[in-house]
Amino acid sequence: MFILLRGFILSLAMGMLSVPAYAEAVSKEQIKSLDEQVQEIKADTLSIATQMRLLEEKLLYPSSTQVALYVSLDNEAKFRLDSIEIQLDGKLVAQHVYAVRELEALRKGGVQRIYTGNSTVSEHGLKVLIRGKTKDSSDFRETNSFKFSKDEGPRVLEVHLVDSDAHRINFRDW
Amino acid sequence: MSRFAVMLISLLFAAPVLAADGAAPEAMKYLFDEGDARYYAYQDDYFEALVRLDAQQAQSGGFAESAYGALFRPVGGIELRYRMDQRARGSIEAVIEGTARDDQRNEALFRLARLYFQKDQPENALHAVERIRGAVPAAIRADLAFLRANILMANGRNEEAVAVLKDLLDEKSLEGFSSYNLGIALLRSGNNLGYPVYLDRAGRIESDDRAVLAIKDKANLVLGEKLLSENKFEVAKQVLDRVRLSGPFSNRALLSSGWTDASRERFENALVPWSILAEREVADPAVQEAMLAVPYAYGKLGVYSTAALKYETALKAFEGEIGRLGASLSSIRQGELLKSLAREELKQDAGWAVTLRKLTEKPETFYLLDLMASQDFQESLSNYLDLEQLRKKLESWSGDLAAFEDIIRRRRAYYDPLLPGIDGEFRRLESEMRLRSEQRDRIAQLLKAMLTSPRPDLLATADEQIMGKTAARLEKFATPSREKGAPRLYNRIKRLRGVLNWKLNTEYEQRYADTLTQLQKLDQKMDILSRQYRAFVRTRQTTLESYQGYAGVIGSQRRRIAAARENVRALIARQGQALENMAVNELTKRRDRLEAFRAKARFALADSYDRASKTPVRKRDAQ
Repeated sequence: MFILLRGFILSLAMGMLSVPAYAEAVSKEQIKSLDEQVQEIKADTLSIATQMRLLEEKLLYPSSTQVALYVSLDNEAKFRLDSIEIQLDGKLVAQHVYAVRELEALRKGGVQRIYTGNSTVSEHGLKVLIRGKTKDSSDFRETNSFKFSKDEGPRVLEVHLVDSDAHRINFRDW
Repeated sequence: MSRFAVMLISLLFAAPVLAADGAAPEAMKYLFDEGDARYYAYQDDYFEALVRLDAQQAQSGGFAESAYGALFRPVGGIELRYRMDQRARGSIEAVIEGTARDDQRNEALFRLARLYFQKDQPENALHAVERIRGAVPAAIRADLAFLRANILMANGRNEEAVAVLKDLLDEKSLEGFSSYNLGIALLRSGNNLGYPVYLDRAGRIESDDRAVLAIKDKANLVLGEKLLSENKFEVAKQVLDRVRLSGPFSNRALLSSGWTDASRERFENALVPWSILAEREVADPAVQEAMLAVPYAYGKLGVYSTAALKYETALKAFEGEIGRLGASLSSIRQGELLKSLAREELKQDAGWAVTLRKLTEKPETFYLLDLMASQDFQESLSNYLDLEQLRKKLESWSGDLAAFEDIIRRRRAYYDPLLPGIDGEFRRLESEMRLRSEQRDRIAQLLKAMLTSPRPDLLATADEQIMGKTAARLEKFATPSREKGAPRLYNRIKRLRGVLNWKLNTEYEQRYADTLTQLQKLDQKMDILSRQYRAFVRTRQTTLESYQGYAGVIGSQRRRIAAARENVRALIARQGQALENMAVNELTKRRDRLEAFRAKARFALADSYDRASKTPVRKRDAQ
């Protein structure tokens, strides 16, 4: 009897399903078809984006003058990086304040391309300033300077940050 | 309701269950080997990560398939995260068909099978796992067996799934999941003696893990409801009461627990779980049902006045909810849902369903929680958000192209007038340079020849050459045959020539060495000149390339962007429409159900008042 009551309540609810007040039903096939079309437009857009990136690089940073600077973080580093400033030949060319997700990405092995620019064939000076907190939550600020030479090809440089009392900022010249 | 709870709602409607497939952070580090791409991938910006990988691939002339596979382990991972299954399938198939080792090939087949399974293509998934031969990496062995069992169940081969799942019962990482699925497989295969054993086993697991606790609750709910349907009320109640009171399955468990008592006419007992349930969030279907069940129980106990009051409360609540649902339906039809879905905050959080609920403060979000937890809605919503992202990117690139054209125009305007003059001067300097270079080469050749045939005269200074020539000329006039007094002068000239020759011959070695040194110094200058020459040529070439040859590329990009924008615009509309239709259907279904409940409550309310009025006053006082 009680099951009948449950059945009655449910049948009332189910009975209302036939009322033609519903929007057009969305079938599995429709969802699948839309999904496939979305994937196609994603592939198209990725291809366009790749071409845009190559075009931008060729137009704005030709290989003969290009200088690219990357930032990486040692995964053992215990300090929290808050911000970084990069000066090239005494001129501020990049500064970045890190969000939590960006820091996590760096810790997991991601490498941030922080600056891309153009430079002449000669010797150049790079100055890096970082700010953050040590593992015991005290503020720190550290700078380090490096020299590098730019020849006729593109130049790739890396600022590698490690947990060290001596120098947190290290320079890798690729 | 927590984010975790939202995820678990989907479990309620999906049997058997698939263990959570979130990539562990340890596994993520193997995903990419390109730091720049990783930086974006780890921030869940898979589009930018893929662009970087594709650009690198284009610049390096494309990876060989095997190298590609090795570089992005697990292969196809990044594409899957960006929900590009077709592209991921291509990458995985390339590894399978390539020359990969058995373990790599089998891991790829495992991923392909899982992809097909998640895409509701169980036949293809089965075909993929059946192709697995030889060594299987230890890390995926248990997951592969569990996936194989799920695929077998999805293909209706429950008995085979039972055999696979029995071997997984002691697998710690699948604790609860393997015994629950084994119970379901036995139930589906008609083994009525076997399934309660394993569902009961899953329902008694001791654990602190939230996922395991959830599957434990689910096992108890499924088993309890099955026992209730078989009229085994006593044991059904015991099983249902094992479900946690605060878990995502608690509402349904409380409802069914009440029915196990009511079914035995123990209405006082039934009122305990139902009364707890009736105080909860009214939008939940189990709560709505409890709001009718409570007065029904009071009615059965003969307490008609309380029953009438409870029916009245339920009626008011249902009317309020019906009104809210009506408002929500209007709001969805006016596009408000899509606006909420496209909010920026939502995209920052993987648990978007919960965030949406917090953000919008609209009733539809609660009623839509079940729908939002469904695979179809999630995929549709993710696609909608991805399309929105693509739309913005394409729009911004159109602006970028205009900026590029402006740069090119300015460069052309600057360089075009300058280049003819520069080129003219360069041609003059280049011919002079070529002349000097030829002179240097001649000197080098002479010096080389002098190693075998010494020529001191060639190393004479300008003064010595003049002196030698003068002496030779004078010698012609001072020969003894032409002048009597000549011998003295003649001898003097001869001595002079002798001195000159002596000097040239005795200093020959030193002069040769000095000349070689000079040639080396000249070569250094020539090197500098050559470098300057090459730098000029390169700079000129770079200058030309900075504004020439872009018209075709930019034109083509502009056409592609315009076509893609049109496609994206049309797809956003269709995808948005599909989402709205799903939401409208869900809310309409819920509203219709509530309207049916309201009708029932009205009828029962009248009936309760009627019965209450017929109850003797003394009895009413006692009540």
